[in-house]
Amino acid sequence: MNLTYIVQSLLDGLLLGGVYSLVAVGLSLIFGVMKVINFAHGALMMLGMYCTYWAFSLLHIDPYASILITIPVLFIVGVCFQKFLINPIIDAPEHNQLLLTLGVSLFLENLVVFLWSPDYRVVKTPYEFVYFYFGDLSISLLRFLAFCLAMLVAFVVYLVLTKTDLGKAIRAATEEPRGALLMGINVRRIYWITFGIGAACAGVAGTAVAPFFPVYPTVGGIFVITAFMVVVLGGMGSVVGAFIGGLIIGVADSMGGLFFPGAMKHLISFIIFILILLFRPTGLVGSTK
Amino acid sequence: MHGNQDRQGYLGRALNWKKGLIVGLIFIGLHFLPWTLAPQWVHIMIMIFLFTVMGQGWNILGGYAGQFSFGHALFFGLGAYTSTLMFIHWGLSPWIGIFFSCFIGIMMGLFVGYLSFRYGLTGPFFALIMLAFAEIFHMISISWKAVGAALGLLIPLKGTSIALMQFVDKKPFYFITLWMMAGALYLIWRIEKSRMGLYFLAVREDSDAAEALGVNTFRYKMIAMTISAGLTSIGGTIYAQYLLYIDPDMTFGVLNSVEIMIRPIIGGPGTVLGPLLGSLVLTPLAEFTRLAFQSYSGVYLMIYGMILVAVIIFLPDGLIGFAKAIIHKIRREAR
Repeated sequence: MNLTYIVQSLLDGLLLGGVYSLVAVGLSLIFGVMKVINFAHGALMMLGMYCTYWAFSLLHIDPYASILITIPVLFIVGVCFQKFLINPIIDAPEHNQLLLTLGVSLFLENLVVFLWSPDYRVVKTPYEFVYFYFGDLSISLLRFLAFCLAMLVAFVVYLVLTKTDLGKAIRAATEEPRGALLMGINVRRIYWITFGIGAACAGVAGTAVAPFFPVYPTVGGIFVITAFMVVVLGGMGSVVGAFIGGLIIGVADSMGGLFFPGAMKHLISFIIFILILLFRPTGLVGSTK
Repeated sequence: MHGNQDRQGYLGRALNWKKGLIVGLIFIGLHFLPWTLAPQWVHIMIMIFLFTVMGQGWNILGGYAGQFSFGHALFFGLGAYTSTLMFIHWGLSPWIGIFFSCFIGIMMGLFVGYLSFRYGLTGPFFALIMLAFAEIFHMISISWKAVGAALGLLIPLKGTSIALMQFVDKKPFYFITLWMMAGALYLIWRIEKSRMGLYFLAVREDSDAAEALGVNTFRYKMIAMTISAGLTSIGGTIYAQYLLYIDPDMTFGVLNSVEIMIRPIIGGPGTVLGPLLGSLVLTPLAEFTRLAFQSYSGVYLMIYGMILVAVIIFLPDGLIGFAKAIIHKIRREAR
């Protein structure tokens, strides 16, 4: 094993890690504000992938331009999800909410199986095989674009959270829901906006990977477990933590791919996950409790 | 899902002789059922019994002791693989293998339990750690050639043999699973009535308060884990012998964890009859929709999803809680 291999897989891991980051940012945002672990996050990401796929194959829209469709669609799905399903049980024990989102995830995934069959679908772009070369290293254009898109959206979410009034209200509702309510913040409204933003993040992540990842109904399952690991690693509820955690898990996965065969490549990240859960459940960055 | 004293389970108080007689008659009556049913129904009954056993396994930990597991497929898979590998490589009868399955399942359960409960991981964190362990074994079983990798293991059929737990006919499995279910129901009923059952409830309702009152919560969580892991791994062994085939997805997969936990949750977690009721409702539903929509095999999962959402929102105490509420209402009106 020479150094080039290692640097190459570090690079690949970092690029995919950017997408993990975005999925995890949405998950962490939702958890931070509502204390809901959204098991359906992978299903929402899958919906984003299908949005891109259908926009591409029916309307011939470039996959990256389709975020203009994905973002509003997933935002609305997220808002409806929160308003009609999560909201009635927002005060129930945490595991009830976990089960509810699991139910929604089963429903959405198999609704897609029912409507559009479980077949693998592919978004074929003309620039599919474009690579940049730096000496022995190569970077796929698609993966690079996915990384940039994910970083861009994660950065926008970060700006919204830190620089706008809405972001201030969201942070207030995270820290102290009752206090926020007393200060005249409509916490229920913050809840559904947050869920919408979280779902849109998952959707954009779906769009970002659609050009180089097969699109099929249960594809979200791969990402949602990874996203849980990222969120736990970064600290439940911490957006910055989720961002850094995504890059770490991305690299850990591709390093695992060097040393272990096939599906075992996730082993390193799982072990990191278990160690973090056991010894530092608040995550590396530490969370807003 | 948390309630008052009233929800000590449907059979919580001592049975009077009338109720005992009814339960006894139903149990005896069930022994004649396989001769009157079509084979397809015998299969469904076996699935109902088997998933009730595993549902009880989940129930003792998730329903009574309140430690929500998202990865009971871990124990199921360990049970299925242990006895199957022992049979294939050493020709060991599954009747003996089942003890090893149980042992390995319990060891794994105690290991995971020790790690998580010692650090006070509960709620969603415990759920995720169980999921993570199940996924690790899923990955290992997919990649490791010696355990059949992704193709799984085929158990060679050597004709009907009681000693090897292999039967061409479905009826023997009907009786095995029926007695196992009766045993599991009896065990859970006895636990519920015992002091230990009350400790489990105390741990579930308020772990800190229970600890303050002198209940060793760590110990009781570990006991619940032991029973839970044991029952579920036994279920895995029987399942493997019944189907004569196992693969990583159907044993360690996330969907299998869902199958195991969804029955007690929908029936009524923390009750003796909840897992049975959930199994009675969901198993035929799953089998029939699977038959009716063969090309769209996911439809039953879609229905699972809808039922799960509806039950969580409208019937947080499960079907049993719903039935009890109706009985109370009728009684009050009759008075």
